[in-house]
Amino acid sequence: MGITVEEASKRFGDFQALNDVSIEVPNGSLTALLGPSGSGKSTLLRAIAGLEALDAGRVLIDGEDVSKKPTQKREVGFVFQHYAAFKHMTVFDNVAFGLKIRKWKKQETSRRVHELLQLVQLDGLAGRFPSQLSGGQRQRMALARALAVEPQVLLLDEPFGALDAKVRKDLRSWLRRLHDEMHVTTIFVTHDQEEAMDVAGQLVVMNEGRVEQSGSAADLYDHPANEFVMSFVGEVNRLGEHFVRPHDMAVALDRDEGSEEAMVQRIVALGFEVRVELVLGDGTEVWAQLTRAELQKLELREGQIVYLRPGQAKSFSDETLVA
Amino acid sequence: MRTASSARSRWSLRTLGLGYLALLLLAPLLLIFYRTFEHGLAPPLEAITSPDGLHALKLSLLMVAIAVPLNTIFGIGCALLLVRHKWKGNAAIDAIINLPFAISPVVIGLSLFLLYGTKGWLGPTLSEVGIEILFSVPGMVLASIFVSLPFVVRETVPILQEIGTEQEQAASTLGANAWQTFWRVTLPAIRWGVAYGVVLTTARVLGEFGAVSIVSGSRSGETETLPLFVQKQFDNFHFAGAYAASVLLALLALTTLLAMNVLKRKEDA
Amino acid sequence: MSAHPASATSVPVAPRAGIRLPGVGAGLGRGTVVLYLSVIVLLPLAALTSQAFEDGFSAFWTQVTSPQAVRSLELTVGASLIVVAINAIFGTIIAWLLVRDEFPGKSAVNAVIDLPFALPTIVASLILIELYGAHSPVGIDIALTRGAVVVALLFVTLPFVVRAVQPLLIEMDREMEEAAASLGAGGLTVFRRIIFPNLLPGLAAGVALAFARALGEYGSVLLFAGGLPDTQVSSVFIRSQIESGNNVGAAAVSVVLLSAALVMLAAITLVQRWASRHERSSGGGLTVMPMSGTDFTAEKDDDENR
Repeated sequence: MGITVEEASKRFGDFQALNDVSIEVPNGSLTALLGPSGSGKSTLLRAIAGLEALDAGRVLIDGEDVSKKPTQKREVGFVFQHYAAFKHMTVFDNVAFGLKIRKWKKQETSRRVHELLQLVQLDGLAGRFPSQLSGGQRQRMALARALAVEPQVLLLDEPFGALDAKVRKDLRSWLRRLHDEMHVTTIFVTHDQEEAMDVAGQLVVMNEGRVEQSGSAADLYDHPANEFVMSFVGEVNRLGEHFVRPHDMAVALDRDEGSEEAMVQRIVALGFEVRVELVLGDGTEVWAQLTRAELQKLELREGQIVYLRPGQAKSFSDETLVA
Repeated sequence: MRTASSARSRWSLRTLGLGYLALLLLAPLLLIFYRTFEHGLAPPLEAITSPDGLHALKLSLLMVAIAVPLNTIFGIGCALLLVRHKWKGNAAIDAIINLPFAISPVVIGLSLFLLYGTKGWLGPTLSEVGIEILFSVPGMVLASIFVSLPFVVRETVPILQEIGTEQEQAASTLGANAWQTFWRVTLPAIRWGVAYGVVLTTARVLGEFGAVSIVSGSRSGETETLPLFVQKQFDNFHFAGAYAASVLLALLALTTLLAMNVLKRKEDA
Repeated sequence: MSAHPASATSVPVAPRAGIRLPGVGAGLGRGTVVLYLSVIVLLPLAALTSQAFEDGFSAFWTQVTSPQAVRSLELTVGASLIVVAINAIFGTIIAWLLVRDEFPGKSAVNAVIDLPFALPTIVASLILIELYGAHSPVGIDIALTRGAVVVALLFVTLPFVVRAVQPLLIEMDREMEEAAASLGAGGLTVFRRIIFPNLLPGLAAGVALAFARALGEYGSVLLFAGGLPDTQVSSVFIRSQIESGNNVGAAAVSVVLLSAALVMLAAITLVQRWASRHERSSGGGLTVMPMSGTDFTAEKDDDENR
């Protein structure tokens, strides 16, 4: 079930949350809506679910215009950042909720619920209450609950935002594997670019209610459409008009044509990579990412003068690539 | 801060506070229990099971049976309205709901008396269609509703605010319509707060005196609730009856306190 | 309410976003609520006010300034002020004991505080007469005196300050006191400069509510203080006017009491607005009444879903 959003706009009082947003989500894909707070990504997701009403524009699910359909008829699975667990119901009853609404028989409900609990590895906790579960377990329960009714579309609103870093990473790969198995069209919202790039096949970068760019992780990283996307999706240094990735910053001991003079301020060894902080002649601070091998070869010291040569820089005023 | 002087001040504070409570609350209460059963179980039992006494009890319970469900339904609906739907008039509704906390019961009784009296705005019209409000059950019910209006709303509002709308949104994504969402998700989430409010409402209705006294005319065996019965008995020097009814009401009050305690813990859980 | 989409509690009123009231639009629900409130509360109060001024303002004024009306008002206001002052002090002490102290039977004491809320006022009158009246076992007889008015009002207004202050004490950040202590402040100073200012909003609200309650109190004063001219509070006066058929007089003094009640309620709302200017969101604009039955355990409930 592909999803299309056409020219969606939404304002809350004075605040324009969505400004003429259009996106295409292919059937069966796993797409991330990525952007900072206030970019409109959650609003867009909720509009697709019908939890927000658009001021203008349409939402189409599998070609059908659902803009006038209420949430309960859209058959979208939704997972909330803070789980929205039904606190007064057991895990079993939580997952069974959608089925009960659809008047499934007891036996079938039980079968399906256990099937899902196994899928999310919460088997055996069916009789517990959400308050007795950890954050990660609650989120898996929420996922099982959403999937129980076999939705056309799965929407996740910052699903791992409330969890610890380790749990987040685990659930991330787990979500990807789940998607590989189930192939439900999935959209999730995140402000964490690493998470988006790790999990999603397609990324839609949003900012201030607009779509800045959409494409695969590689597309966005290597061919960013503008400064915002470039700096959001990875680290970036600014050298005058040009934007350079730290790992594209070649550091040489000798002056070369077109290279910039800089002084090493600080060398930080961060595990397998090395971060070299430098300052340019005009006072601009930049940093280069080197491997340990490169660092050893150059034998850099603090205070040393070196010469920087951007390997690949982007300039968004004239769109030329400087080799 | 575990110094000797702080221990001393701790003890003087305790004496002061607890002593005050003992003198004001405890001692009078204990005495009435003593006085009631001073001459054995028989006199108070006889007094309370007299026709007037039983009728008073039944009437009080009738007030509860009518006023509490009405105010509960109103309370839940109103709380939902106030919390989930922003409206300019909400502050006014909120203010009106608080009125029963601050208005004298006599003022309440009088205003009902004037509205439904023979010279009132609604009195004559209603009389013509055969509805008597004053000096009969309907008026007493109206008074009971007025005085116990706020409790369910006040207890439900904070809970609704705290649980937020996410569970309800989740329910609608799972296909539940408005009624199903309310019944299966919202109501269970607020049930302890509502229960607590119901207990407070019941206690208030049972204990109401001033307003009902004016509105009902306090006719023994007809429009006399238990608190009115206490007064009538006392005025007629039938102290056994007055004490017996008082003890009954006090026991109901203590039961209320117990229920409040239990429910408050569940609410906070 | 917040216009920011990240605010989890803002839900648009558009029907397709999910109607909160089962089966009824918000408009219909609102209409029902307004109707209910009008019939139960507003209409009677309107009738009251209308009767008070039925014969014009001068008649109203004459009634309100009649010697007995004035005497009863003086007694009522005077006694209420005294009572509220006393219970402000004792109420704070008791709240302190319940939150910060440990002693056997604390939970029983905490429950018993609400007794005046739960006990019918007429019964309060009775039990006070028994202990402090003509047949008092301890020989204290203050029945039918002005002192009786004070004691009865002390009884019924006791829980207000306690229940208003308790939650504030529970929520109060201990670290403020610890910081003050580490800077050299002694117990009383800490109370005066750190604790008391933080309790002030609760104290003010509790006092206002207690005062309103005391002004209008009827049942507990009726038997204990009686209805003689010297010991007649305004509510008893109003009752006697009804009995003598002086509806205008009764309504007039009632309007005075009603106005005082309204002023008190407004004061509480204002105090809360002022207090919450320091705080995170409080009550969303709705007044928080000091209610009975606070669970005094010092653990502030952690909302696990947030």
